[in-house]
Amino acid sequence: MHAADLIRPTIGGLLVGTAAVVFLHYNGRILGVSGMAGGLLDGPQQERGFRASFLAGLLVGALALLLALPSSFGRSPASLPVLAVAGLLVGFGTRLGNGCTSGHGVCGTSRLSPRSIVATLTFIGIGMLTVFLVRKLGGGS
Amino acid sequence: MNARSNLAAFVAGLVFVLGLGIAGMTDPNKVLAFLDVGGHFDPSLMAVMGGGVAVCLVGYRLVLRRQRPALSHKFHLPRQTRIDARLVIGAVLFGVGWGLSGYCPGPALASVVTGAPSALVFVAAMFAGMGVFTRFQAATAAEEPVSEPDPELESTPAE
Repeated sequence: MHAADLIRPTIGGLLVGTAAVVFLHYNGRILGVSGMAGGLLDGPQQERGFRASFLAGLLVGALALLLALPSSFGRSPASLPVLAVAGLLVGFGTRLGNGCTSGHGVCGTSRLSPRSIVATLTFIGIGMLTVFLVRKLGGGS
Repeated sequence: MNARSNLAAFVAGLVFVLGLGIAGMTDPNKVLAFLDVGGHFDPSLMAVMGGGVAVCLVGYRLVLRRQRPALSHKFHLPRQTRIDARLVIGAVLFGVGWGLSGYCPGPALASVVTGAPSALVFVAAMFAGMGVFTRFQAATAAEEPVSEPDPELESTPAE
């Protein structure tokens, strides 16, 4: 890794943080994608508006990215059945644990929330362990 | 008022996803390389969290000095403090799914616009998993009539 490899992740991270601060400033809420998506399914009716608006902004921004910077999207190497299992685990797990990479990893960690710090260390650690095991079992490089 | 807060949420979603894309989070191969400590480890994505946390550490502090948010009557911050089994088990399940796929919720939702079957299957399954959780939640709530008062009843967002 070269220092130059850090430029894009750092700029990206600053934008992610800015979005979270904007959201707290105007809407008074933590920017958590799993909560935003899950709340659309089972949250109170009066909170659907901002959740749907956030996700709409995310999709419009993603379309802009696809047009301006198509190389930013890659495809998961996992097979479709594995992706289905992974999606179920991510959907259920983030709701059970009350957050994902955005809500716990960035926002909660910034609030120095012990819950978020524990969750973040756990999902990063387990994610690393999973990649390691997949590599071992799959016999990949 | 509502239209303005929805507009703010829209802008937050837009800026957020541009950050994810520029950072490289929308490429599952890059994310898997970040998690691949035993192999082709690429730690550069640590800078995404570093940059995000740096802005929030300062920005949150400034914002929370206000009496209330600009477009809402109060701050809706998570008030749960207990580190319980649900938190840890949820994070474990999420970690397994993340490590299998390279997708966490934000980048997965963003990737839907590519129309790639891998992203569509993942996101459909993710919503199914959230739906399963809603049922699980209802079932466990019914089984535990004397459970402690839920500090989240006031529908705090996930953190």
